[in-house]
Amino acid sequence: MNRRQNGMLTCQEMVELVTDYLEGRLDDASRDRFEAHVAECDACTTYIEQMRQTIVALGRIPAETVSPEAEQELLAAFRDWRSDSV
Amino acid sequence: MRDEEAARGGAREAGAGSDPDAQLLDGLRRGDEDAFRALVEEHGPFLMRLVMMHVPSRAIAEEVVQDTWLAVLTGLDRFEGRSSLRTWIASIALNKARTRGTREGRILPFALLRRRYEEGGGPAIDPDRFQGRRGERPGWWSNPPLAWEEPERQLEAAETRDVLLRAIRDLPPRQREVIALRDISGWDAEEVRNALDLTETNQRVLLHRARSKVRAALEEYMSPQVEGASP
Repeated sequence: MNRRQNGMLTCQEMVELVTDYLEGRLDDASRDRFEAHVAECDACTTYIEQMRQTIVALGRIPAETVSPEAEQELLAAFRDWRSDSV
Repeated sequence: MRDEEAARGGAREAGAGSDPDAQLLDGLRRGDEDAFRALVEEHGPFLMRLVMMHVPSRAIAEEVVQDTWLAVLTGLDRFEGRSSLRTWIASIALNKARTRGTREGRILPFALLRRRYEEGGGPAIDPDRFQGRRGERPGWWSNPPLAWEEPERQLEAAETRDVLLRAIRDLPPRQREVIALRDISGWDAEEVRNALDLTETNQRVLLHRARSKVRAALEEYMSPQVEGASP
């Protein structure tokens, strides 16, 4: 029971390789082993899906806007800078 | 002379983004107010997000971003275009945010503890969630993740956003910087390596640690029933 199953990746290995996989940094052989594992393992399919969902959610954090006061202050600083340097 | 160098350097390093950079730089150096306003509008929101990852409050983040712009003006004549304008501005902001974050950290015991975190180590998932050597399939899940319900709706919610931001603030600084630039700001690996001066492998390892922890924080929130969901 302890033997590794024909060199198949374990889930524990999969969770450490997932970024290399998503970044396209696995060589062909490793990528095949990775995908062979995931094809057989629903939990790892879920895991990768959650990794992707995490990335998407991070990308949707809305941008902050610059306040009008801050912008006025900056423009004043820019005018100063210009009159100093020109 | 300096301008020519900058234009050439910019074209060499920044790839597709270099032309607008060169134009913008030209305008800034001529003292064109619209060019400056365009610069602030283009990069301001991104700088706020970046800085907010490092300092305890929005008000402080605003100060740091203002400081960054002033430093950009002071440094503009010296900017040689060896990186893109965006990368250069981001490095200034990160330096200021780190300094400020450290200073603020002195009155925040949690931040102090956080800085003692090891940068690299730790598995992506608690080893207890996998079967041990005597299990039926060693190294396979014993306590697997459960698919999240209604992820589209849930991940959009304001509370989920807070979970994400908290998780990122709790990361060691380098991991936080990498994930903020890669996944929040959408930079590519190469740009992040340049801005943070990392090797390719380092960038990926930091990203891996960071994403694994942020996923884990989301899992704790989305599937509280999963034991060991928190890292």
